[in-house]
Amino acid sequence: MYKILRREDLTPNIHLYKFEAPEVARKAKPGQFVVIRIDERGERIPLTVADWDEKEGSITVVCMEVGTTTQRLATLGTGDAIADFVGPLGRPTEIEKFGTVCCVAGGFAVAVVMPIARALKQEGNEVISILGARNKDLLFWEDELRRVSDQLIVTTDDGSYGRKGLVTEPLKEILESNHKVDRVIAIGPSIMMKFCSLTTKPFGVKTIVSLNPIMVDGTGMCGCCRVSVGGVTRFACVDGPDFDGHQVDWDLLLARQKTYLGEEKRSLERWQGQCGEKSEAKSRGEK
Amino acid sequence: MAKLNLNRVEMPRQKPGVRAKNYNEVALGYRWEQALEEAQRCIQCPKQPCKAGCPVQVDIPEFILALRDNNMEEAVRIMKSKNSLPGICGRVCPQETQCEEVCTLAKKGGQIAIGRLERYVADWEREHMGALPVKPAKPSGKKVAVVGSGPAGLTAAADLARLGHAVTIFEALHVAGGVLMYGIPEFRLPKAIVQGEVKYVASLGVDIKLDSVVGKLLTIDELLKNGYDAVFLGTGAGLPMFIGCPGENLNGIYSANEFLTRVNLMKAYRFPEYDTPVRIGRRVAVIGGGNVAMDSARCALRLGAEKVYIVYRRSEAEMPARREEVENAKEEGIIFKLLTNPKQFLGDEKNNVCQMECHEMELGEPDESGRRRPVIKEGSEFKFDVDVVIVALGTTPNPLIAQTTPGLETGKGGTVVADEETGQTKKKKVWAGGDIVTGAATVISAMGAGKKAAADIDKFLRNS
Repeated sequence: MYKILRREDLTPNIHLYKFEAPEVARKAKPGQFVVIRIDERGERIPLTVADWDEKEGSITVVCMEVGTTTQRLATLGTGDAIADFVGPLGRPTEIEKFGTVCCVAGGFAVAVVMPIARALKQEGNEVISILGARNKDLLFWEDELRRVSDQLIVTTDDGSYGRKGLVTEPLKEILESNHKVDRVIAIGPSIMMKFCSLTTKPFGVKTIVSLNPIMVDGTGMCGCCRVSVGGVTRFACVDGPDFDGHQVDWDLLLARQKTYLGEEKRSLERWQGQCGEKSEAKSRGEK
Repeated sequence: MAKLNLNRVEMPRQKPGVRAKNYNEVALGYRWEQALEEAQRCIQCPKQPCKAGCPVQVDIPEFILALRDNNMEEAVRIMKSKNSLPGICGRVCPQETQCEEVCTLAKKGGQIAIGRLERYVADWEREHMGALPVKPAKPSGKKVAVVGSGPAGLTAAADLARLGHAVTIFEALHVAGGVLMYGIPEFRLPKAIVQGEVKYVASLGVDIKLDSVVGKLLTIDELLKNGYDAVFLGTGAGLPMFIGCPGENLNGIYSANEFLTRVNLMKAYRFPEYDTPVRIGRRVAVIGGGNVAMDSARCALRLGAEKVYIVYRRSEAEMPARREEVENAKEEGIIFKLLTNPKQFLGDEKNNVCQMECHEMELGEPDESGRRRPVIKEGSEFKFDVDVVIVALGTTPNPLIAQTTPGLETGKGGTVVADEETGQTKKKKVWAGGDIVTGAATVISAMGAGKKAAADIDKFLRNS
């Protein structure tokens, strides 16, 4: 079992979990992921690492409640434990001195961008970060990201905080300005990564994205996570998850992510039904 | 001299119409009278060819004799002294091309059903004795790391532990057993039997570390640096091959590894009680002609498919699957589309596979595998409707270990080069065996390789 050392609610449905995993903590690098399974009947899901602490022997992940697994995980708190925690998986993000790197974080992916921006900064890069969310309530770690960036631009879709609009707008302006950008790292929902890649392509600036297809084992065994990059089929779990955004077949990725929409809905309804029964029983004073 | 009895005792099986709708084991095993009758047919010939036909040299005539004399504990002891996983082997070994093929009675067409007797003995042990009390071996003071807990790893670990070495198995998945858990379906090899035999290996003192991906969490060099005196690689052939034809990444097209992992390991057949889903096809096409193809087809049928096709580019005679499994599949209603090869897959507006276009094939001259080469019949293209496709064209070793282990030599198809007799690789203190060396093969050949490597590792440890 792998213990949750700390749980923190970053927004009402985005949570941070710090897991006790000393061996993984010794090896984790920015951009890598872990696969977790809550219990015997749980599915295996990949989560990109947000932080690690070798001394404490911990790995931190951040995830939003979307499906059954992330909702079930959200019922657990500090001191609880899950059945399985595997990692670190995937290839680490390439970190070297590129010059100026623009890090774009969409939604809760700021948690994943954090260690990458920090490592890039430590390597001597100028880091310009763009943090975008749908609205003010979904924003977190603004100060943390600012601390490892030379410049930070915050956007919200509805204008409830920072600049109104999508992350692609300031990204385009920076690329159009006289400020030379050597590399862009864009991480967030697939659709956001797709449009960041489309934005940077005319400027010819190398753009790295972290793909999040459906996975099962996460070790190259099943091929569920296959993506098409530059016309070649690659496995995101072992060949990625980082790829050149200009080479990715985005429509294929987006379509494959929808493979189990019906099943996901059915599973979630079943789980929420069970939660409802439990809370009703509780209010009736039953066990 | 008594007249030879050449009538093999049939093993009861679930009826095809019934079993095609459940996940219970198809073959039900002998009852005592049946086992006795079959054991009595063995003529106890002095040459004992069966023993040489077994990759782990089980003392077959001796255990059959003990069974015949109703000395079951002795039969168990004889079996387990050579084979730590008899419940598994009795079910999935291709006995017809090993011990049974060379049986003296085989010449007359009445070879002893050794596999069925082996299974009987293993099942008897499980039901009557529980786990045999194991006498702890005298500790050698040496540590061995075994990477992978499939048939090769479990066998090597058991043998090394019995010789007194401290063994740790590193397994990447959340359960031990490798392909026995994720690959072979419940109805052919019940998971409780696999876990029973894993428990037996653990009872010998083997420490099993799950969720541990060697090559990521730890490298081979780190294991050697951290106090292990030897490493055995038994990581199998886990990387699925695809066809490479257009449309292969459409939704609903699985590698057999993914499909079987979802169904067997993650128990998707019990979705939504279990969280992992699998697409339930109405018309399912399985590409390939091996045991994995048969397993996939029969799983798809049990999930509720209306029509399941095996699409194979050669004829039935060249199919690599066991005869018995082909027969089982046919009885259950799997449709065989032979001399047929996919050209492309076609999808709907949501990227779901909906049709498959195939070529008809004909057989030409024999190729390097000795089988007649399938050749495309020009102008023979035809389409048919499918909503799930399972690609079962084989697997190659996962490159993770080779990539992270300097000094380990690899050969054709990413296999690790190792001595056939000893399992020694080109890297000092590292042995390998099973599918990682041979490419995808059988459970028992992997066990044989694990056994040989364990003996050689023991020799090395005693001399160092």
